[in-house]
Amino acid sequence: MTNHSSTGDLAIDVKGLVKRFGDKTAVDGVDIQMPEGEVWGFLGPNGSGKTTTIRLICGLLQPSEGEGRCLGYDIASEAAQIKRATGYMTQKFSFWGDLTIRENLEFVARLYRMLNQRARVDETLETLGLTKRQHQLAGALSGGWKQRLALAAVTMHQPRLLLLDEPTAGVDPQARRDFWDEIHRLTSDGMTVLVSTHYMDEAERCDRIVYLANGRVMVRGRVTDVLEESGLITFRAEGDGVRRLAGALKGKPGVEHVAYFGAALHVSGTDRVALEKSVNEASSPDVEWREARVSLEDAFIALMARAGEDARLHA
Amino acid sequence: MSRGGNINAGVLDRITAIFVKETVQMRRDRLTFGMMFGLPIIQLILFGFAINMDPKNLPTAIHVEEQTPITRTLVQALETSGYYDIVREIDDPRETAALLASGEVTFVVIIPSGFTERLIRGDRPQLLIEADASDPAAASNAIASAEMILNRALRHDLKGPLASLAQGPGPFELVVHSRYNPERITQYNIVPGLLGVILTMTLVMITGMAMTREAERGTLENLLAMPAHPIEVMIGKIGPYVMVGAAQTAVVLLAALVIFKTPFAGALWLLILGVTIFVVANLAIGFTFSTIARSQMQAMQLTFFFFLPSLLLSGFMFPFRGMPGWAQTLGEVLPLTHFLRIVRGVMLKGAGFSDLDMEFVALFAFTAFAIVLAMARYRRTLD
Repeated sequence: MTNHSSTGDLAIDVKGLVKRFGDKTAVDGVDIQMPEGEVWGFLGPNGSGKTTTIRLICGLLQPSEGEGRCLGYDIASEAAQIKRATGYMTQKFSFWGDLTIRENLEFVARLYRMLNQRARVDETLETLGLTKRQHQLAGALSGGWKQRLALAAVTMHQPRLLLLDEPTAGVDPQARRDFWDEIHRLTSDGMTVLVSTHYMDEAERCDRIVYLANGRVMVRGRVTDVLEESGLITFRAEGDGVRRLAGALKGKPGVEHVAYFGAALHVSGTDRVALEKSVNEASSPDVEWREARVSLEDAFIALMARAGEDARLHA
Repeated sequence: MSRGGNINAGVLDRITAIFVKETVQMRRDRLTFGMMFGLPIIQLILFGFAINMDPKNLPTAIHVEEQTPITRTLVQALETSGYYDIVREIDDPRETAALLASGEVTFVVIIPSGFTERLIRGDRPQLLIEADASDPAAASNAIASAEMILNRALRHDLKGPLASLAQGPGPFELVVHSRYNPERITQYNIVPGLLGVILTMTLVMITGMAMTREAERGTLENLLAMPAHPIEVMIGKIGPYVMVGAAQTAVVLLAALVIFKTPFAGALWLLILGVTIFVVANLAIGFTFSTIARSQMQAMQLTFFFFLPSLLLSGFMFPFRGMPGWAQTLGEVLPLTHFLRIVRGVMLKGAGFSDLDMEFVALFAFTAFAIVLAMARYRRTLD
């Protein structure tokens, strides 16, 4: 492949992407330069433009403004080439529920004109562990299995770029872990992956993250960079009294953000002195405090709050 | 807090809640809402104005071998009766077969030379009406009233010395030659037509729903993300239903021949050619509908919207020539109209390609238009 020489090693190279639906702007000037071979996480609240951006990148939508290349192909005019070289897994299960697992895979194998289709389908079924269930209707699979089938189906033609739109939404933790093992296996073979997610633990598995809000990129970089950029300090409270603390701490000097993590309470802020003072004042004997690692979630929520608005209101 | 108390209380409130929700949903589905008002209006217009059980102005060719006051009176009487619309005069009676086979005229009236002389002599000469009786409903009233019309007209001319001719069995003998369906069996006309109706109904609906289903279930996005060109999707989607159409054709034809003993006068290959073009036309319409409809329900409504005029204006249920001009023009646009002429022409009249060439051209043009429209409307993106 030499046709992506113009963009160097960038799998995705888009500038100033804008997509409007009527008078609503879903994507508002997004730039992404993503090198080949990496795993990038795409984060942001519902309605922040993640799905629309992914659809623009793989040629399913025409941009209202802006331009870009995906694997060296123009996203506006070379959608056909992009479709051949990418795998796109939709947010909602979009394989055919009234076809069997095998029939779905056979359809994909035929459509991409794969060599040795029968063998490829057998192989994929084997890898998936679905050989015994290959004649069941895909619609009868559980959520986690549906996602694994979809992932197998969109990677069967060995795309160079994989676009995954919230692949693990509504999937149980074990299935989520299996799913990510599969993603890492694929990237070890050189595949580039852009995955959108709401899960912070998944974001932390990515080389870089891009955080979208209101159709704009708010933060991007390594997870550590994002944490640093937030400038947050977090204290963690554990003990029987934490429920009473939450209300008391909200709005106190230095406290930017109070949230539960399981049974523990996280209190974050950027001003260490003011934060410590507020924590000490509110504390009680049945609560144990310690400084905690800033979580990505805290960082995002703080960044969002600083941006001054909640994108979901515009969804 | 909901108001507590007796569990059976508030029946009306709950009915109201559902009533309001349903009304809002009904109004939001614009197409359905439009159908609810559009269909009754269309039905009123079609049934009220377009359909005529006593067809008049049937196209007629005449071949008159002598010009005398008597023959002029007879021709004029046919014209003024309203049943016969004389559109052509032919010089050679051998043209009769082709004119009737192509459906260009319903009747050919032939008055032979020496008619007047023999009439005056009291020889009761023959006046011949060659009728296309493939559709008994269209021709029967005109045929039934022909004798009365002609005799009444002659009564004015048969005065003085000729007055005696007006008495007795009539001054001439009317011979009606009912071609194609001499016993005027309605089924002969209906059953071949039914083939077109069945194909229209099922094929438009099936393709309309097959594509809409992809959008409704969310699989369209997946299909669009894969490397398939629209024309490839269309041909691939339509293909299986072409086979369905072929099976339906075989069943209907077999039933027509075995159960209804419908004659099959023409060439099978010509019929197969017509069926093939017609099937593709219907599938392309269905595909177009599926690009307009947002749900399978809407696709079904659009099918009905198309099916109703096809049924009423094509000449299937009611004689085509009996409809007013505007309705005939509308009917000419529908593929079923042309297909009916082909299937009836081939089966009942034994018409050849040269008799039906214009119908094939019309059907082909419609098909090409429908395919182009379907392609233009098919979305390659999710925009």
